[in-house]
Formats: sequence, C-alpha cells, structure tokens
Amino acid sequence: MFLQQLINGIALGSTYALIALGYTMVYGIITLINFAHGEIYMVGAFVGLFATSIFKLNFLVAMLIAMVVCVLLGVFVERIAYRPLRKSSRLSALISAIGVSIFLSTLAQMLFGANAKGYPEGVFPVKQIHIGSAEISTLQLLIIVISAILMISLEFIVHKTKIGKAMRATSEDYNTAALMGINVNMVISFTFALGSALAAAGGVLVGILFNAVSFNMGLMAGLKAFAAAVLGGIGSIPGAMLGGLLLGVTEVGGVAIGFSSYRDAIAFAILVLVLLVKPTGLLGRKIQKKV
Amino acid sequence: MGDFLQLLTGSINPYYLQIIVNIGIGIILALGLNVITGLTGQLSLGHAAFMSIGAFTSALLTIKLGMPFFANLALTGFITAGVAALIGLPILRLTGDYLAICTLGFAEIVKVVFLNLEITNKALGLTVPSAITAVPMPIVVWLVVVVSIICVTFIHSSRFGRALMAVRGDEIAAEAMGINVTLYKVQSFAIGAFLAGVGGGLYAHFMGYINPSDFGFLKSVDILSMIVLGGLGSITGSVIGASILSAAPEFLRFMASYRMLVYGGLLVCMMIFRPNGLMGGLNFTSLVLRTLGRKPHMKTVMDQKTAKTSES
Repeated sequence: MFLQQLINGIALGSTYALIALGYTMVYGIITLINFAHGEIYMVGAFVGLFATSIFKLNFLVAMLIAMVVCVLLGVFVERIAYRPLRKSSRLSALISAIGVSIFLSTLAQMLFGANAKGYPEGVFPVKQIHIGSAEISTLQLLIIVISAILMISLEFIVHKTKIGKAMRATSEDYNTAALMGINVNMVISFTFALGSALAAAGGVLVGILFNAVSFNMGLMAGLKAFAAAVLGGIGSIPGAMLGGLLLGVTEVGGVAIGFSSYRDAIAFAILVLVLLVKPTGLLGRKIQKKV
Repeated sequence: MGDFLQLLTGSINPYYLQIIVNIGIGIILALGLNVITGLTGQLSLGHAAFMSIGAFTSALLTIKLGMPFFANLALTGFITAGVAALIGLPILRLTGDYLAICTLGFAEIVKVVFLNLEITNKALGLTVPSAITAVPMPIVVWLVVVVSIICVTFIHSSRFGRALMAVRGDEIAAEAMGINVTLYKVQSFAIGAFLAGVGGGLYAHFMGYINPSDFGFLKSVDILSMIVLGGLGSITGSVIGASILSAAPEFLRFMASYRMLVYGGLLVCMMIFRPNGLMGGLNFTSLVLRTLGRKPHMKTVMDQKTAKTSES
C-alpha cells in the first residue's frame, strides 16, 4: 500500500517537477513569475492529443512535436509580451504574463471547446507490474523514466555546455553578463525554450496519465508547479525537482489517508508551512541584503 | 427620502445598475489591495480570499443571526481584518515573491475549505436574502465607496501612510528610522482586508448568491490588474482602474466568446504601452493644478518624486 502510493506520488510529482523547472529557470534569470507557463503546458497536451489522435503518430513522436511547438510558442510569447517590459517594474511584467495566460486559455476554449478530451485508446499499451503488494503500471514507470531523462539532460545542458554557462552567468548578474559579451536576449529566449519544452513533455505525459485534456488544465497545474518551484527554493533547478516530487507524494498521500476533497489545498498547505520554517524554500539561497 | 432614492434607482435600467454596483464593489476591493500592494509594497495574490471570507461571514451573520445590515458590514470588516492580522503575522515575515505565493496558497486553502464546510453549504454556495436598508443597495454601495476613498486618502497623507511608504521604499532603512516594520505591514494587511471584507459583504447581499469558486485565483488577479492598470499607490488610479476593468467585461459583451480573449490581450497591451499604469507617478491634485495653470504645491512634487523612484 505504502509503496503503491509512493510510486503514484512520484509519477505525479515528476510531472509537477517538469513544469516547475520552467518557472524556476525563468525566475532565476529575469525574476519574472511566468504565469503563462501553465498555458504552455496545456498547449503541449493539446498538440500531443492531435498528433496521436488525428495524425495517428507514436506518442514519443507526438511528444517531440509538442515540445517543438511549445518551444516556438514560449519564445514567441517572451518576444511579444515580456521583452518590451524588461526595463519596467516587475509587477507590470507579471500582469502581462497573466494577460497572456487568460488569452491562451480562452483561445484554447474557443478552438477546442470546453469539454475535456481523452487521448485515443492504446496510445501507450499499459501493463501492470506487481512488485510485492504494489501494482505499478508501465505508464507510471514511463513517466518517471522520461522525466528523469529530461531532467538529467537539463542538468547536462546547464552545467556542461557553453549556453548553460551563459545561463548561469546571466542568472547570477544580468548586467555583468551582458558586459562580458553574453548575448543576454538570446540566453533568455533559450531559457524560455527549455522551460517550454519541459512543460510540453509534462503536458503530454499528464494527458496520457489522466486521459483528460482541457482548456483550463493549465491553471491549477501551473499554480501547483509554481508552488513546487517556490517550495524547493525558486531559482534553484534541483530545488524545483525536489519540490515537485515532494508535492506529488504528499498530495497522493493526503488523498490516500482520506483528505480527497481537500486535494488542491494540500499542496498549498505544505508550501505555506515550509515557507514559515524556511523562508527561502528548501534549497533556496539566502539572499544577502546590502545596506 | 428613501422612497425618492428607491424611485431613482428603480428608474435606471437594472443591467446598468448592476454594472454601476460592480464598479463600486471593484473600487472598494482595489482600494484595499492598493493599501497592501501599492502603499506598503507587499505583493498579494490572494485578495479574493478576504473578499470570500467577508462575503460568507456577512451572509452567515444575516442568515443565522439576522443582524441589521450596517452593523453586519462593520462586524464583517473587523472579522476579516482579524483573520488577516492572524494570517499576516507569520507570513508577512516573507518578502517579495515568497509572500506572493504564500498569499496565493492561503487563498486556495480558503476556497477549498469553504467548498467543504457544512455551514457554507459546500459547493452549492449560499443564497443570501437581500439586505433591509433605508436606502436602496446601489446607493449603500456608493456611500461605502465614498467613505473608503476618504479614509484611504487620509491614510495616504498621514504619519501612518508615510511609514507604510517608507516600508515600501526600503525595509531596512525604515527599520533603522525606528519604524516597526512587521507591525506596520500587519496593520496595512488588516486595513486592506477590512475593505475586502466589506466589499465581499456588499457583493453577497447585492448578488444574492455566493459560491466559494467565485473567489478564486482569477478574482485576485482581477483586483491586482485593477491597481496595476490604474497605477500602483495612486488612489485616483485605483478608482479608474477598477472602473475600467469592472466595466470592461460588460462592454466587451458584444464580442461574445471573444470577450476574455480581448481582455487578456488588453492587459498585455496596456502594460506594454503604459507600464506604470494609467495614473502611475501622477498625482491627481497636481494634475488639476497644472491644467489650471498653477504650480503644484512643493510637497506634492516631492511625493511624486519618491513615488517614481520607489517604483523602479
């Protein structure tokens, strides 16, 4: 029973972590809470849905297509709605992000209708594996494996490549990075691209897991993923992974012990409690205030 | 008098009347959030939670206790402010976006709790009997609007308001000047929540039906957009922003399903072309004086300068 819930929690949590990574990376670089990120995830789920149902593609191919589409969308949104506001107050950029979020979800509602749609049958053949008393579906394993691969590649990009080095430099100090000859605009676009790709992958995986894709799925998932990012310490990449997994496991655990009607509150309750004890999140750096 | 006003409000098209009342309630909520976010600089993404607490408290006071309406409103305001102070004490130690996400989380928790409580009728929501008042409801709403504008104006130009602005400018410097930062933050939080509670109470009695889902994240965002659109820290801005955004969905109604699409696009465009809000960095009095061809008072000029520097 415990093992079962743990696996369920990790599977759910790794999708949260995938979305949370986008929040945390963008925040780390331009200190913007990108509220449109949840909508990017929703678009990813829809693209995956159409690729598998209309074009009858393999779901891995569908996921790649969704990632490409969302990368383009994410970079486009950054160019249109955030770049003109980079020099103005952070709240203006925040409101702009919320505007994009409302725009995208309404657009999705008009284009795809208000009903939740399911992925076609057999898009991924699900088998049950028994480990002790626990019953684990291959789908959950797949989600965990794909998330792990994506996160490891992200760590590789951030820590071992030149662009990753530029990203870290920009998040350290925007102006100094620009003075050192880093093309800051390009780095920011790249960050949005990475985050959007991960969100799209998360969208397709969640779409298959819950077999429901709807225009408003981005809102709650986005808020929870954002909570996960803050829980882990916003701006910290390992923090977002840890936060996502922790939220997923506690949410599933909370539902299992009978708080199912409080499901959406569990994540936030954990968040508030953790922040009261550790005000910068689990792995967040303590911000030194200069006087 | 009461009959005359009854006749007056009765002669207005009920649809317009509803828009007018919505604008009034929007202004009350925006003024409250403006004290928290605009004046004190604490970003709150959960203002709708206080509106929700106010709406349900006020509804229950009417349904269970049959309280007279004005006593009800005042008590609602104080209860909401009390809740805000209780919540504020621990979470206002957080700064910036950590505080924002905490208020957001608090709002979600309030929503889910109200959706599960027996006394708030769970997900079905509450039907609220209309209030028995001497003057018709729309007039009551606008009376409250006028009183809150006056009160908030007083706060702005008082010693207390200057302390809040000092906290917004720089917490450490404010503390060094002998300002008890935590105390002032909690007080401004409570004042904002008081107004939100009153606004919620008015909303509950005017609409006649409340549901916890009405006060979700999007409502908080709505209120925040009002004050950012109007210009942070500006009372005139809050009033204008609240009027525009409360009326916009109705005026965009002719576009039917494109309504929210345009609304979202509008938010983005407004921010790009007027990033400090419509009235950001402007002072209404000095604006009027300037158009009259007189030099504004020196103090207002200084206020403008501090407002501008603190926004950047």
